[in-house]
Amino acid sequence: MTSNGQPMAVGLSGVHKNFGSVQAVRGIDLDIAPGEIVAFLGPNGAGKTSTIDIILGLSRPTAGEVSVFGMQPRQAIARGLISAVMQTGGLLKDLTVAETAQYTASLFVHSRPVQEVLSRAGISGIADRKVGKCSGGEQQRLRFAMALLPDPELLVLDEPTTGMDVEGRRGFWAAIRQDTAEGRTVLFATHYLEEADAYADRIILVRHGQIVADGTAAEIKAMAAGRTVRATLPGADEAALRGIPGADSVEVRGDTVLVHSGDSDAVARYLLTTTPARDLEITTRGIEDAFIALTSDDATTSNAGGTR
Amino acid sequence: MSTSAGIQDLTARQAPGLGGFNLTVLRLEVRRLLRNRRTLLFATIAPAFFFLIFGLNAAYASEPAGHGNVSAFVMISMALYGAVLATTSGGALVSIERAAGWSRQLRLTPLSAPAYIAIKVLTALVLGLASVVVVYAVGALTGKPSMPGYLWIATGLSVWVGSLLFAAFGLFMGYLLPTENVMQILGFVLILFAFAGGLFIPLSQYPHVLQTLAMYTPLYGLNELTHAPLLGVGVDVAWVANVLVWLVIFAGGAMWRFRKDTARV
Repeated sequence: MTSNGQPMAVGLSGVHKNFGSVQAVRGIDLDIAPGEIVAFLGPNGAGKTSTIDIILGLSRPTAGEVSVFGMQPRQAIARGLISAVMQTGGLLKDLTVAETAQYTASLFVHSRPVQEVLSRAGISGIADRKVGKCSGGEQQRLRFAMALLPDPELLVLDEPTTGMDVEGRRGFWAAIRQDTAEGRTVLFATHYLEEADAYADRIILVRHGQIVADGTAAEIKAMAAGRTVRATLPGADEAALRGIPGADSVEVRGDTVLVHSGDSDAVARYLLTTTPARDLEITTRGIEDAFIALTSDDATTSNAGGTR
Repeated sequence: MSTSAGIQDLTARQAPGLGGFNLTVLRLEVRRLLRNRRTLLFATIAPAFFFLIFGLNAAYASEPAGHGNVSAFVMISMALYGAVLATTSGGALVSIERAAGWSRQLRLTPLSAPAYIAIKVLTALVLGLASVVVVYAVGALTGKPSMPGYLWIATGLSVWVGSLLFAAFGLFMGYLLPTENVMQILGFVLILFAFAGGLFIPLSQYPHVLQTLAMYTPLYGLNELTHAPLLGVGVDVAWVANVLVWLVIFAGGAMWRFRKDTARV
């Protein structure tokens, strides 16, 4: 429940999902309040789509609980409370754009007018075109239009801009932006960091089926602030390095040490004056690197989960 | 509008009755089917053409057959062939819809699984009806088939209703075969069934062993039942048993594959 007694838009607790021996989701706890715009950010295979399928009721968690506005996903879908734009497929080539929308609209008790959602999605000009003759971007806009039909409280987008060029991506997000100004809850999965940064209030980083960081875009960015000092230091004393004032992560790879800090000068001074470190290098870690550091396989976990 | 996700808003939202079944969807599905020229050609033009070849042959067309003539007999056979081809095609469309991800997309709507199946079956029946009407209309235009007026209605209706069996067959195969070319396979299978059921050549002209085997094939019972009003013969329990057993197999198979397909894994 939210503070004012409304049910959470999405509530996941202890969700696991196994496919045979593969653990796609390994214990996700997540609450999304109504009105939040949340990005699910992670590399391919992190478990984003598996988690989304569970939220949409397309698959059943191996363990754990899932609720959407306090009900089972299927109930929420039948009431038009939740709708989704999936990555690919899901369209019939032999229907026109307008027919596809009419088909979908007829299934809901309350539906926005077909013409209105087509123009919202910027495809009213191609209403009579066969879906099979539409470009990938146009088909994606049609999926978006279909998702808007029930006027859902929660809109789920699974990597919605995959395969679009920069222009198409910008147009797509502009349409989403315009529509979510009305207080709709949005959850989108992406592996484009800029997308998460530009459109989400809250970013959830997932890796190996677990949440590794959860915070505002600013908080996630703060994790990426500061600089990394790299030096050659045989036989480094990791514990001592961690003791450097301002050092927030330390990594030792053979003879190389990497120290991340908001005060790289202090770290450099320490390394050069109290240790035999040489070949010193100071680099800025961009948000891209932060993302990679947080989600890649070989990163140490010392800097993950910083804002949880 | 969704300015705030208030509790009133949430509880005011209703799920549709009849699992989402509605006439708009039915209309669009029929329109889709009519757009598919190949299906239309095979389900209506082809059986009408077969009637023109086999049903007008001067050597036997005007020979008496029960309350009518052989030409009427052949017309019923061809209408049955067209109708089962039509309903099979209609059912087998699920194969294409699964491949396109449309079935999955529909699971993000209120449409229930039984409502979806009902829509598929009704759509198949519309095409089946078209098939019967075209073959009978072509027959009437040639002036060759002869039987009392009520038998045109009775045999036409029994062919149409009987073709429901093959809507189940089409659904079963549509769920079983994961290919977009499912109808090419099924078209061939249906021709075999039609020969075995006695639609193209009377079973009496087959060797005895084949005649016995033919009684167990899926079009045998329907073929005999739909011709019974014309021939004025009583209904044999073996015909009914044949239809019922195959209905259980096809509908049961479709249900089994359907459950498997929509199971939330």
